Amino acid sequence: MSAVTARSAAPASERRRPLTLKQRENRTGLGFLSPTLIVVLAVVVVPILWTILLSFQEIRLINVRSAGVFGNYTLENFTTVFTSPGFWGSLLTTIVYTVGATTLSISIGLAAALALRAPFRGRALVRGAMLLPYIAPVVAVSFVWEVMLSPQFGIVNTFGTNVLGWDAPIAFLSQRESTVHLFGLELPVPVALLTVIAFEGWRYFPFAFLFIMARLQGVSRDVEEASLVDGATLTQRFRHVLLPQLMPVIALLSVLRFILTFNKFDDIYLLTGGGAGTDVISVRVYDFLTSRFDIGAASAQALILAVFLIIGVGVYLRFFAPKAEEGTL
Amino acid sequence: MNRDLVERKIFGTLRWLVIGVLVVVTVLPFYYMVLLSLRPIDKLLQDPGDLGISAGELTWSTYGDVLTSVADGGQGFLSLLTNSGLVALATVAITLILAVPGSYAIGRLRFFGRKQMHFLFLAVYLFPSILLAIPLFVFFTRAGLRGSLVGLTIVYVAQAVPVSVYMLRNYLASLPASIEEAAAIDGCNRLQTVWRVIIPLAAPALMANALYIFMIAWNEFLFALLFLVENRPSWTVSLGLAQLAGGIEVPKTTLMAASVILTIPIVLIFFAAEKMLTEGLTSGADKG
Repeated sequence: MSAVTARSAAPASERRRPLTLKQRENRTGLGFLSPTLIVVLAVVVVPILWTILLSFQEIRLINVRSAGVFGNYTLENFTTVFTSPGFWGSLLTTIVYTVGATTLSISIGLAAALALRAPFRGRALVRGAMLLPYIAPVVAVSFVWEVMLSPQFGIVNTFGTNVLGWDAPIAFLSQRESTVHLFGLELPVPVALLTVIAFEGWRYFPFAFLFIMARLQGVSRDVEEASLVDGATLTQRFRHVLLPQLMPVIALLSVLRFILTFNKFDDIYLLTGGGAGTDVISVRVYDFLTSRFDIGAASAQALILAVFLIIGVGVYLRFFAPKAEEGTL
Repeated sequence: MNRDLVERKIFGTLRWLVIGVLVVVTVLPFYYMVLLSLRPIDKLLQDPGDLGISAGELTWSTYGDVLTSVADGGQGFLSLLTNSGLVALATVAITLILAVPGSYAIGRLRFFGRKQMHFLFLAVYLFPSILLAIPLFVFFTRAGLRGSLVGLTIVYVAQAVPVSVYMLRNYLASLPASIEEAAAIDGCNRLQTVWRVIIPLAAPALMANALYIFMIAWNEFLFALLFLVENRPSWTVSLGLAQLAGGIEVPKTTLMAASVILTIPIVLIFFAAEKMLTEGLTSGADKG
């Protein structure tokens, strides 16, 4: 499509006055970009705007055919969402899940990158193996986790009861809470939530690993060697020389992982279905949509999710990101 | 110096421990997947802790069961594989046709609104896909495209285009401008330059990009679930596995075989792409 416009535009304009190089570049640029832009606008931007409209309308799946752009606008969906039981708890769960999974995946990724920094025989193979959780289809890996963690025939519980001496198998994915006795204290532990956080950490540490690994290759050894001569120990060299150089990439990773985990649906839906204290907002949106057929309330809830995320990222970029940029200098 | 020596000893050992643990943790689930797919179900229930392979017990019947069509009493994954493959290949083809000129424009041409476009493509990722899913669900229901693979492909293309543009843009921006100028002096217009010069030069990046898009489309779950769940003949492999895993009728070992079938293409593609990516980066354009 762009080809036609670009070609036909050129001879027509040459007849009048030849366009400057800049004008021609401008036209070709827009022409080349337009197919991409049309698809993104039609299937991404318009739906986002439409969700905003839907969230202010009372729409259910039954009357979806009759509803138009100029329906009756109401704030009822937002009242429904904010007063529905479990909304605030679900928001808290989403935040705990996101922060936990982001921290865990970046920490493991950092440890992996540092451990693989110096070459050794078979490093390429180990590196390849470590990317497996990230590239494998989520449905397949979540199913394997489900079977591995199964209280009846899962390898983890078999190992736990036979070797580690657990009293009883743990229902990792369906138990909301368990108490752990530690130094005479009874601590409540959200079992299922911790399990899905562990799953996220496992599945996405390769992402952090790849980024940090790439950055590590660009770090010059000179400063480290100089600090070694100055008598800095290994941990000091890491803390004062290496870590500051890695901080920008870690900050970038934190934002990226935070955004992607906050919006995550598949992993929790497949592992627990949102039960046992893992009902993050995206799974709630899905439930509103498919079991209540309440499109209006589902849209309102999805919108609230997006707004919270945009505010969070905005606050981060406004107050914390400049420090990360200084680190790059 | 003494403390440094102690620390080196500790972290030198710790390093191997970390590597060992990570390898076990990443590889074990996949080993377990393959192992269970080859094991009879009663063996799994009798002795769930056994991680060894004993050749006498291995069975391929799980794979037979998974791939046989539903009419013949199997799970019909052969047709699901066809669905997934078709959707993924169509997504790759359409995305590249759209993304090549788009990324060339954003990467190499100075035009009005270029920065804003770049920002728009990144901002797309701030919004959860569940948010996009609602209006698309409504729209496809109205248009009668829900339940069809065509509708799904359209959504996948829209999801893949921004990533694809982003990846290709970086690669194209790294090509030296002198090549294009040479082509222009030889009488190529922009379109010819892209077709005859840029695409051949970017072939490794395009290939890696194609494989990456294939992975996105092949692994996707949410939209397949929302659009296709009522229409079993057009299920993708991911959706089929997730739907059957929720029930209790199909033995876990059979589902493990399905997981292996779902995972293998991606693993093969990944290792092919890893090589291609490095080759693409190391071959210089100006040298020849």
